[in-house]
Amino acid sequence: MTSDSTVPGAVLLVGPTRRDGPGARRSRPLGTRAQRRLLAWLFVAPLLIVNLLVITGPGLASVFYSFTDWDGLSTPAFVGLANYAEMLTSSAVLGALGHNLLWTLFFLVVPMSMGLVGAFLLSRLRRGQAFFRVLYFIPYVLATVVSAAVWRQILDPESGIGSVVPFLRDVNFLGNPDLALGSVAFVNNWQWWGFLLVIFLAAMRTVEPSLYEAARLDGAGPVREFWHITLPSIRPTFIFLGLMTVIWSFLVFDYIYVLTQGGPAGSTDVLSTVLYREAFQNQRHGYASAVAMLLAAISAAAVLGYLALRRRLRWDI
Amino acid sequence: MSTAPLAVQTAPAPEQGGAAPRGSRPQVVTWIVLGLLGLYAIAPLLVFAGNALKSTQEIDANPLGLPQSWNWSNFAEAWERADMGPALLVSLVIAVATGLGVAVIATTAAYAMTRLGLPGQGGWILWLLVSSSLPIQLFLVPLVSWWSLLGLYNQPIGLVIIYLAIYSPFATLLVRSALLSLTKAYEEAARMDGAGELRVFTRIVLPMIWPTVLTAGLVAGLQAYNEFMLAVTFIQNRDFQPVALSLYSFQQGFTTDWSLVGAAGLIMALPVVVLFLTMQRRFIDGYASRGVTA
Repeated sequence: MTSDSTVPGAVLLVGPTRRDGPGARRSRPLGTRAQRRLLAWLFVAPLLIVNLLVITGPGLASVFYSFTDWDGLSTPAFVGLANYAEMLTSSAVLGALGHNLLWTLFFLVVPMSMGLVGAFLLSRLRRGQAFFRVLYFIPYVLATVVSAAVWRQILDPESGIGSVVPFLRDVNFLGNPDLALGSVAFVNNWQWWGFLLVIFLAAMRTVEPSLYEAARLDGAGPVREFWHITLPSIRPTFIFLGLMTVIWSFLVFDYIYVLTQGGPAGSTDVLSTVLYREAFQNQRHGYASAVAMLLAAISAAAVLGYLALRRRLRWDI
Repeated sequence: MSTAPLAVQTAPAPEQGGAAPRGSRPQVVTWIVLGLLGLYAIAPLLVFAGNALKSTQEIDANPLGLPQSWNWSNFAEAWERADMGPALLVSLVIAVATGLGVAVIATTAAYAMTRLGLPGQGGWILWLLVSSSLPIQLFLVPLVSWWSLLGLYNQPIGLVIIYLAIYSPFATLLVRSALLSLTKAYEEAARMDGAGELRVFTRIVLPMIWPTVLTAGLVAGLQAYNEFMLAVTFIQNRDFQPVALSLYSFQQGFTTDWSLVGAAGLIMALPVVVLFLTMQRRFIDGYASRGVTA
């Protein structure tokens, strides 16, 4: 994920004119270069300031606070690795980690398959592609609180789907500890899969049509076309979205907080809700920072694993 | 990932890409599956909209069907009880400020990186990539303390500054790739004619990358309008609640009135859905590149 791998074609396009030729520079009056340099810093200053203030600064501060006992107001007291030791033996954290793993598994399988299959079928349509693309994307533009309201109503045991479908009678989707995590994941998936479909579709449109024609001459049906042409051709996108799914699954917060707040009985607790509760209800900012480090470490491990895989297999991503 | 952002906009859909002969069995199966997926995406919203028009008694008796009587007064009541008016205004201000701010910050920064010879090229890109993929939870806890100290806690402007910071790294990468694929011939010509750097930026370059800037701003504005975690953390004061929070507290009540929650939810969703449907290509391309460049 270096600068040039982002848009390699673009770099090629501007190749020869990328740097000002020496002639151009000489023809300008003295001082212009210094002026340009000053303007460059002025232009990048807003980005730099908000980023240092919001992301880089507090991010580094978190590293420090994770080694302290701190309530957010008084002076932090240095406690060494105590927060980390507590975190790695805490049943709340380990339970939450388990839920994050289940969540990851669900999101690697369900929305990825729906997005892939949907995009594949859609890419074979001659007409109606744009219509379906918009239709599937609508849930994605809705706010979490809106789609949560939609589904809380449908899953309501008294006035939802349970009161209509006989075998779902009295099923409390969000209130039963055995069903809650799956129900929240189901709701999140409803909003999420269309986004994956749109990205997969964009990738599939770049596949050479001649590949399909050749396959068809060999007598391949749609299923074999999917496995032998489509999937290998969009592998970079597939792997990248898989990586993002893993990272996002460990950071998930909104749907769980809005629908169940981690309950009932901790059955939907994930690392983010534990962190949030420790920081803002129990005022244990130092401990919460240690949980934040765990989250950051998991994200970093996912990215590094991806980069290593890319290097070893020489995948062009 | 490498070529997709460009491909999204430019690649022609392969005409003979795959469509089976019309009326054949695979084609029928394709339409059925796509139709079912469409139903999955849209039916819950139709139920939600239908219930927004029912009375409470009717929802209990007939939760998923069409409304018998159309209670438009639900919308007025929800508007009143969930404080939708002031909340929508706060959200509008936050979304517009975020969209505009991100567009400006990203465009100037990308211009400095690609055109003004800002030193340390690779370092900036790495920093942007890292910033855009760091978990918000990593800096959330200290940020609350910092914002209290700076008097930005409970202030919509404080929330906007956070949104500017978290949405601008990706937007900068997006605008940067548009600038990299833009020829420098026009700028060079304008400079030869004696145009100053600011004039080159505003009169020559900006009009040419305008669609990308607009996409970046729109996506950031929409994300700010919908955002929940930071809003619920940084705004406790009811007077400055964005609409996401007023809808949240409205559906958290113990005796939930689903028709009113439905009406309030539709009020919050309507501006976004209308904006999305009118500019869907720009939105989808913007979001698709988000998944592919980041």
